[in-house]
Amino acid sequence: MTLARHHGGGVIALTFLLALLLTIIPLPEWLRYLRPDWVGLVLIYWCLAVPERVGVSTGWLMGLLVDMLTGSLLGQHAMALTIVAYLTLRFHQRIRLFPVWQQALTVLVLLVLHQLLALWVSRFIGRPGPPWFYWFPSLTGMVVWPLVFFALRSLRRGFRVS
Amino acid sequence: MFVALSIVLMTMDHRHQHIESLRAGLSVVIYPLQMIVELPGAAYSWFSESLATRRHLQEENASLHTQILMLKAQTQKLQSLEVENIRLRELLDSSFQVGQKILVAELLSANLDPYQHQIIINKGELDKVYAGQPLLDANGVMGQVVHVGPYTSTALLITDTSHAIPVQVNRNGIRTIAIGSGSINRLDLPYISNNADVRSGDLLTSSGLGGKFPPGYPVAIVKSVEHDPGQSFAHVTATPTARLDRSREVLLVWPGETHALKPAVSPSGDAPGANDPSMTEEKTP
Repeated sequence: MTLARHHGGGVIALTFLLALLLTIIPLPEWLRYLRPDWVGLVLIYWCLAVPERVGVSTGWLMGLLVDMLTGSLLGQHAMALTIVAYLTLRFHQRIRLFPVWQQALTVLVLLVLHQLLALWVSRFIGRPGPPWFYWFPSLTGMVVWPLVFFALRSLRRGFRVS
Repeated sequence: MFVALSIVLMTMDHRHQHIESLRAGLSVVIYPLQMIVELPGAAYSWFSESLATRRHLQEENASLHTQILMLKAQTQKLQSLEVENIRLRELLDSSFQVGQKILVAELLSANLDPYQHQIIINKGELDKVYAGQPLLDANGVMGQVVHVGPYTSTALLITDTSHAIPVQVNRNGIRTIAIGSGSINRLDLPYISNNADVRSGDLLTSSGLGGKFPPGYPVAIVKSVEHDPGQSFAHVTATPTARLDRSREVLLVWPGETHALKPAVSPSGDAPGANDPSMTEEKTP
């Protein structure tokens, strides 16, 4: 029965794979600090689009992979993305109705929350506070959100992911 | 529930070493991802190598030849000095070990968290890499291995804020500790007393006291020394000699495993293998 209703799981997995690749792809030094949180963006999109399929557990799993890829404390991003996914699911019906620019603002809040949680953890284990441009990835994430949104929506419609 | 799980994971990762095996397992899962990221760079270098002009290659060959010649001349001197050093140490009754097992590893180009100074290298447990192993490049100490997976391992650079390395001033042997500052070209030496004889330009070498790093490798050069009469310690910063953000090839060292150049083996002092280049234990992959 699930097979009939659920469709296009491969597409979702592929977009997450792409996001993970974009997370570690080598960039010039100055661009590294602007790299948006691709996994977070993709996670938020799928939580909004197919909340019955992508949720807290996907967020946790992806966060764990991000932790491994970026060499941070195991569980740091996992916890942050879990909470982001939970909040997105909690408010998905409201966020869905927003126009894109307003969605982008919501996404900014979620991404800042993600970074804040990660920062708390790293402060807790005794790392020094980051410089002021630590928060740039949230801003660039907000800027690229419309792009991610329309790209993933056309993908979802093209492959009839439901 | 997932949050609780994450917190448990983080605690375990931070406090204990229990989940090293989990890390190792996950590193196999993400290995293909790292390889895919590696592809464009590898393809580019392959193309530029195969499309290089004959003249360019000849020039490179010539310059490498001269470089080898110079290095050879330097090692000749080094070898005789090594033997002399061993002989002198024998007189002093102290053991000294020269020459270590070395393996060349290459950096993977994947970017990590920009606020932590970590690198991924393409050698892992299958190459007998172990956690805590020192990592060098051609110019000095780079850092140490912290996580080992089957094919890759993660290393912490000496400039990471959670890293400290025991060093000594090469000129007069003052021992201290160099702590990472979080910026890629600076080390802090917070425990040098105000009247200690440390000047800018002094070479700091690894002292080997921590038991992790082999002694005698260059670590950093003192950049500035500031004395503040109100403080009991001077404010000293140093610049790492290793090219931490540029080296592509790194050297893994096994400090314990040494080759035949032990004083005990040749008590007479004229170590037979000392001047034989084939005795230097240098392995290339």
